Amino acid sequence: MADYKEIVGAYKEVPGGLIEAYHALQREFNYIPEDAIDAAAQIFDIPKAKAYGVATFYSYFQVGTRGKYIIRICESAPCHIAGAAQVVSALEKELGIKMGETTADGLFTLEFTECVGQCQATPVITINSKPYGDLTPENISTILAEYK
Amino acid sequence: MAEEMRILMRNYGKIDPLNIDDYISAGGYKGLEKARAMSQKDLMAEVQKSGLRGRGGAGFNAGMKWSFSYNTPSDQKYVVCNADEGEPGTYKDRLIMENDPQSVLEGMAVCGYAIGSNKGYIYCRGEYPYVVEKLNTAIEQAKAKGVLGDFDIEVRMGAGAYVCGEESALIESIEGHRGEPRFKPPFPPVTGLWGKPTIVNNVETFANIPLILEKGADWFAGIGAKSYPGTKLMTLTGDVVNCTFIEVPTDTTIRQVIFDFGGGIAGGKKFKAVQIGGTSGGFIPESLLDTAIDFDSMAAIGATLGSGAVFVMDESRDMVDVINQITKFFEHESCGKCSPCREGTKRMHEMVKNIYSGRGTAADLDLLNRLGTVMSKACLCGLGQAAPSPVLTTLQHFKTDYTAKFN
Repeated sequence: MADYKEIVGAYKEVPGGLIEAYHALQREFNYIPEDAIDAAAQIFDIPKAKAYGVATFYSYFQVGTRGKYIIRICESAPCHIAGAAQVVSALEKELGIKMGETTADGLFTLEFTECVGQCQATPVITINSKPYGDLTPENISTILAEYK
Repeated sequence: MAEEMRILMRNYGKIDPLNIDDYISAGGYKGLEKARAMSQKDLMAEVQKSGLRGRGGAGFNAGMKWSFSYNTPSDQKYVVCNADEGEPGTYKDRLIMENDPQSVLEGMAVCGYAIGSNKGYIYCRGEYPYVVEKLNTAIEQAKAKGVLGDFDIEVRMGAGAYVCGEESALIESIEGHRGEPRFKPPFPPVTGLWGKPTIVNNVETFANIPLILEKGADWFAGIGAKSYPGTKLMTLTGDVVNCTFIEVPTDTTIRQVIFDFGGGIAGGKKFKAVQIGGTSGGFIPESLLDTAIDFDSMAAIGATLGSGAVFVMDESRDMVDVINQITKFFEHESCGKCSPCREGTKRMHEMVKNIYSGRGTAADLDLLNRLGTVMSKACLCGLGQAAPSPVLTTLQHFKTDYTAKFN
């Protein structure tokens, strides 16, 4: 918990710093550890319920573990009609997990997301926020190979 | 054929966006210099006279909005740039910030001078960490050059909540809270960030400011549609040949956007529908394509200009399939603060899903219409009020897609 206090504490004096602190935690861990919520509540002197409420409001934050690489698949309408569902199936098959799950080796997590603003090249996924466009079920394995 | 007019994108591909000297050589920061030589009142009158209306979707006269903050005495005021571009199919703010970030900073600094603020925030969506880096570089360079004077700008990053594009929800998020919209009035220009007068304008709105000052309000007011002058940056997606961005005067028609600039429908198919302004926009049939894209012309046909996203669908597309996805989006993105939106978006998706899977009846269509009408009036913020629009407009123009699902 000492680590968390140090990371969160750096934002104590920043106005509205709670969300900035959560971003810092996610940069470190890719998720917000449960204990870090306690640390944030103490440091910002707010009820734990409020610290938890903020962390769970935003879909890019997750309380509890995630893989090293978060693969997000856009399911907004432009990606949907461009074949996002086929990309989802290909990813699930390639990684052997379902959407929302993490691979047993802790490397990959699959998540749905809404529009990531790369709509010139639908359908789009992001891996740790780096966008990949014009996806087909066929080019998934080449992209994932970069991360394996 | 209609032609593009690159005002916002004047430096696109011509300057190194991360080299402030390039921007200055191209005439950058002349607008701010000119603004600072004017009185605050004259400056706001000039911006108001240009007719520039907010490019985030609400279309409020920018100069008039600024005057509300100017007229509210306070020890501290804020300028906030809304870069939480979340409307599906939209990436125009990213284009501006990636290709000409200094134009946004300059626009914000002009606003800061006008209303009497020395502190600005850019609230950039969490999906764009690579844009945040560029903005921070641009801010460092502007500070090092001293062009911003005593006006400070800080970037804050969102974390994946569509509702934070709503200005009061965005303010809540900067304050470190859940991004839930506030009850209004009071409006942000009077009581905003940390209770202080705050101007929240869209990236595209701020990016328009430098050139308005450099070339004058009359120049800007003479471009495009009279009641919504200037250009609009549009992003084309879906079944269109050119999935790209364009910047066009606001009197350009939807047909020109899709067929002249977009190159028409891909794969030799026929046009069926277009949704403009993002996922909260209305669906538009072939018969209304000669409408100009400006705010008021679009409102007159029950549609919106919104963010300027242009989502084109060909004859093979099933509207109920698309609406099923869109209603799912709103169910997920509703913040849950007000019940018409929290419950309404959920029930709306449930009914559409039922119809999509063949379990619907004609009575469901009446219910959808009623629910949509209630939501558009009763929801607290723009998210809930606009959420039914795709459903209501497809029921109006593409009803047979729904009835074809009945068993």
